[in-house]
Amino acid sequence: MKIAVCVKQVPEGTKRIDPATRRLDRSGEGALNGYDANAVEAALRIREGDGDGEVVLVSVGPASALEAIRKALAMGADRAVLVSDDGAVGSDLVATSYVLAAALEREGADLVLFGQQAADSDGAVLWAAVADRLRRPLISQLADLSIEGGSVRGKRQTEFGYDVIEAPLPAVVAVSDAINEPRYPSLKGIMGAKKKPQETLTLAELGVDPGRAGEHGSRTAVLALGAPPARGESRTIEDDGGAAAEIVAYLQEKRLL
Amino acid sequence: MTGLVFLEHHGGEFLKGSLGVLAKAASLGEAHAAVLGSGVAGLADQAGRYGAAKVYVVDDPALEAPLPQPRVDALAQIVREQAIENVFFAQSVLASDVAAGLAARLEAGLNWQLTDLAVEDGGLVGKQPALGDSVIVDVGWTQTPRLALFRSGAFDPVETGGQAAVEQVGVSFEDFSLAARMLEQLQEEATGPSIEEAEIIVAGGRGLGGPESFTVLEELAAALGGAVATTRAVVDAGWYPYSTQVGQTGKTVSPKLYVACGISGAIQHKVGMQGSAVIVAINKDPNAPIFEFCDLGVVGDLHSVVPKLTELVKTHRAG
Repeated sequence: MKIAVCVKQVPEGTKRIDPATRRLDRSGEGALNGYDANAVEAALRIREGDGDGEVVLVSVGPASALEAIRKALAMGADRAVLVSDDGAVGSDLVATSYVLAAALEREGADLVLFGQQAADSDGAVLWAAVADRLRRPLISQLADLSIEGGSVRGKRQTEFGYDVIEAPLPAVVAVSDAINEPRYPSLKGIMGAKKKPQETLTLAELGVDPGRAGEHGSRTAVLALGAPPARGESRTIEDDGGAAAEIVAYLQEKRLL
Repeated sequence: MTGLVFLEHHGGEFLKGSLGVLAKAASLGEAHAAVLGSGVAGLADQAGRYGAAKVYVVDDPALEAPLPQPRVDALAQIVREQAIENVFFAQSVLASDVAAGLAARLEAGLNWQLTDLAVEDGGLVGKQPALGDSVIVDVGWTQTPRLALFRSGAFDPVETGGQAAVEQVGVSFEDFSLAARMLEQLQEEATGPSIEEAEIIVAGGRGLGGPESFTVLEELAAALGGAVATTRAVVDAGWYPYSTQVGQTGKTVSPKLYVACGISGAIQHKVGMQGSAVIVAINKDPNAPIFEFCDLGVVGDLHSVVPKLTELVKTHRAG
């Protein structure tokens, strides 16, 4: 079985938005989006269970993203495809899903996996847009996953409990980070990662319409940046046995009691 | 401005978050609602009471299970046929997938995690807290249709007692949209009000020490008439169900009072509860980050403070 795992590089450490471009500053060190490691782990376990198959990483981002992608290669993925092009910078959901779907189309995997969210944008939506473009069934937020008889089945965590959902392959699946504990890359894995096939594609090489990528292809815009509203005055007391009474007095003052 | 609101429902009732978004849409102009499901005709009438001027109903067995893709088909058809310019969603596992699928289908811009929306110069501007809520980003759309996902608890529902014009819509579904099947729905047992509905929340973190300690929180919540919430660490440890988890990978709540017990206040939790009107924190560690954004902080042992507080609240209520 061929599994494509969509991965993303996110800035490491304290993140900032560049006031000039109003975009996330991606100039510093980057790391593999932590949630994507769960998707990589899920893919590796399927491949190990089957005894054969291929796990290919698919990403859209700056050329430096290969550094982050290598961590997933070190975990055990077989190869990587990175779409990197100045024309894709500033892509929103519509534009990113267009480019990513084209890269996935080219791979033609039986299963496309996503992690549960991007640690930088807090986005937890890309898979649904990609599934619609690929015209494939979608299951998101899976806390477990199994492949049986040409179908993927799993438990989706919802606000109300768990849904058990099944979809025929090829399908798009997003896993929750409760699904597994991602493995640490072994020393051998780290040493071998650099030698694994890593392909970088421009938009032209991918054969997509450049007008539908990047800022041109986006339908949303950042207009301004502001500071969050400050909370009012706050007070901290040490409990000397009377804290409970002080809380009650405070709640009464606030008309909460 | 006319906005179409995806009204999510569960167990025969609209979700509070969806009704809140409906109220917001009504405050900005005319609010329309989409009610999608199987056997939902009765629900459609209720939408008018919460501010919808018009309700589009798609009543189809294909919409019985809460799966996103057939809902994308239904909304895409309504948006195209009615030339709808704005579609609003209250964030949830289901609504996020529906909104993103619809964005791709309609080549429409989607902004998420919004906490507010305003009409400016004929366009719309959304407020999006970002980077752990350290920045508020004003986001817009370059063309219509505009799609927006609002954080849960961003707005309160408003009962207007109005009546909506109801329009039945027949939808043809894509084959791939019907391919995923719901095999089983397992409900977590609920005790007391859900954390989205509650005006008072008593929340516990790792500082509780173990699942048995939740009894003291449940007693305080019962005395205050509130609900019990938790952090990620507590849910991961299996002490309490996921449906009570507040934070980045859980729910966003904004009650009138949030009592945080044994919660350090990591950014992942903070983003889910900092919209609370009043935050009271009890923690042993004076350096816990929660003391930086609470209104009243108590440095002390929750196992001693909380039971005393429960007794005092009970006495107060009885008196």
